[in-house]
Amino acid sequence: MKATLRRRDVAQALLKDRKGLLVVAGLGSTAWDITAVGDTPLNFPLWGGMGNAAMIGLGLALAQPRRRVLVLTGDGEMLMGLGSLATIGVQRPRNLSVVVIDNERYGETGMQATHTAAGVDLAKAAQACGFRVTRQIRARAALAALRRAIHASPGPLFAQIKVQAEKLPLVLPPRDGGLLKTRFRNALLGAQADLD
Amino acid sequence: MKRSDDAWPQALYNTLKAAGVRQVGYVPDAGHKRLIELCLADREMRAVVLSTEAEGIGLAAGAWLGGMRCALLMQSSGVGNCINQLGTVRECRFPLLMLVTMRGQVGEFNPWQVPMGQATPSVLAAMGVVVHEANSAEAIVPMADAAARLAFGSYQAVALLISQAVIGIKSFQEQAAR
Repeated sequence: MKATLRRRDVAQALLKDRKGLLVVAGLGSTAWDITAVGDTPLNFPLWGGMGNAAMIGLGLALAQPRRRVLVLTGDGEMLMGLGSLATIGVQRPRNLSVVVIDNERYGETGMQATHTAAGVDLAKAAQACGFRVTRQIRARAALAALRRAIHASPGPLFAQIKVQAEKLPLVLPPRDGGLLKTRFRNALLGAQADLD
Repeated sequence: MKRSDDAWPQALYNTLKAAGVRQVGYVPDAGHKRLIELCLADREMRAVVLSTEAEGIGLAAGAWLGGMRCALLMQSSGVGNCINQLGTVRECRFPLLMLVTMRGQVGEFNPWQVPMGQATPSVLAAMGVVVHEANSAEAIVPMADAAARLAFGSYQAVALLISQAVIGIKSFQEQAAR
């Protein structure tokens, strides 16, 4: 089945009226996707550390149980940290959502096929790991409900969204890691964060 | 076993508590067995079992983004699993506190532990992690306290290597009996 959804439309739909949502994005296309929607201090776009986006989300979700945390990452990035689905499934944080934008490709390196192109089902893997809510999404109509679930449903939630494999213009966030960390903490915790 | 050898996991746990550590990521290790039990029993502390030590680097980074202090417990073999993720710690200047029980070092009985154990201090140093080494039970707690201050006070990545001489496992049989 050929995917029809477009990744930037998905990011736009999920981040619409995001309120206080804390967002971690995996390196590469998903970091550009959240930045295309709008760069904000409560985005933490990764430029490296492939395979660990979901774990950063877990540490953040456990530290901030009253906030909702969204990890938006790609299929290649998620496959590199597949064990983290088990780790999250054991902890079962109610405020964490992991959403994979699945184009079945390594988009930054020449569009080589990932395991999902051969049928590896990440949503089923997440379900088997103990995620409370898991979905595989192919239709635009399902995005509004997913957005609501990210904000309100008891998690952990996992969604795998099949999208077209397309090369899009780069929309780059700041790349200074120290800056990204500090602006995030200041926005979330206030200036006091760095005085404790 | 001397009493001081017996008591260090409890004292190390007290040190983590005093340093304000509220999340602890770990891959089980015989040398950290007692400390892991203490962390799991503490309702104010979230002990997170990991499927690989590399996950712990992400956990600690996320915790810091959320205003919480995290410590990682692992064996020296696990340090090798963390290398690329330590690049994120350095680039973002995340504080990081790693408590590493050493293998492949003093009196090792498993040759497969030796390469990573011997390389652990230089691998950490190459990735910008400050290395403290505790070679006696008495040294562990003051050095852990100093490591926590350096990590969270000065935003450094710090690893405290706890010598195999302190942990003192000398055979597969002894390890299995713990």
